[in-house]
Amino acid sequence: MAAFVVTDGLKQLIGQKERPVVFKIEEGAIQRYARAVGDSNPLFNDIEYAAQSKWGRVMAPPGFTGWPVASGFDMFKLFEKLAAAGAPMGLLDGGVEYDFLAPIGDGDILVMEIKIAAIEGRETKMGPTMVTTLENTFTNQRGAVVLITRNTFLNF
Amino acid sequence: MAKQLYYEDVEVGGEVTALKKIATTRMLVQYAGASGDFNPLHYEEDFAKSLGVGKPIVHGLLKRAWLVNLMTDWIGEKGGLKKLSCRYRGMDYPRKMKTFDDPHDGDTWYCKGKVTKKFVLGEESLVECEIWVENDKGEKNTTGSALAALPSKAK
Repeated sequence: MAAFVVTDGLKQLIGQKERPVVFKIEEGAIQRYARAVGDSNPLFNDIEYAAQSKWGRVMAPPGFTGWPVASGFDMFKLFEKLAAAGAPMGLLDGGVEYDFLAPIGDGDILVMEIKIAAIEGRETKMGPTMVTTLENTFTNQRGAVVLITRNTFLNF
Repeated sequence: MAKQLYYEDVEVGGEVTALKKIATTRMLVQYAGASGDFNPLHYEEDFAKSLGVGKPIVHGLLKRAWLVNLMTDWIGEKGGLKKLSCRYRGMDYPRKMKTFDDPHDGDTWYCKGKVTKKFVLGEESLVECEIWVENDKGEKNTTGSALAALPSKAK
């Protein structure tokens, strides 16, 4: 076994940005997500309760926003682009880092910008592995950056 | 909501109130629909085999959502989660369904955390925690950290 060797085609993708995606945060989508992850917090589930809260609306649980939830961005298209440049076909999620900079809730309109921050070759228990880090920045309708996420994916 | 946690209530070395979770194949379908993560790795036996993970696995992002749930339940509505990160170090497998609603026996997971640091920065009272998801065998397949702001009784 050996570390994955990053091809020139892949190196050229480092620093590239995808076309920004605009999407709206909706309470129904938040409720479906909260139910799916088993989070019964009334701020994320109960419209009346949330309306009485200091936010006055259903709030998104931290992590609701980001890949892949409700952003309309087809992440698999990006994976296909990496594959075309030489990424191995096996794909696993490696982890995520969030900076939650401001609350996000029903009605917010966000712009998501995705950047391929890094592509590295490593050796893991899956064999030679390519590690890709995407840095995603989310800006709301008032121009405030509300969230930064860094997702790591493993191709092997 | 549960009672509010305050900065003064927290001690370094203290525990985050643990959360018990299970994952079923049905829950993975529900998560795929709610999140938009339709990777066949989470519902297609042969596909999972071809990737060398044996059988469909629990979404890393679902385990991550459990850790968010752990933290937001603990810090309460007056607390604010500032940062969270986690890494997926091993595979976890869902329970299969026996009836429409009930799964077969299988793994149970426990989301846990420990306070590693508490400090005041400017106006904010902050706590840093080590967090993880542990299975029945005590294996920590998802590990990470979180930073949260808590209200202070002094204010």
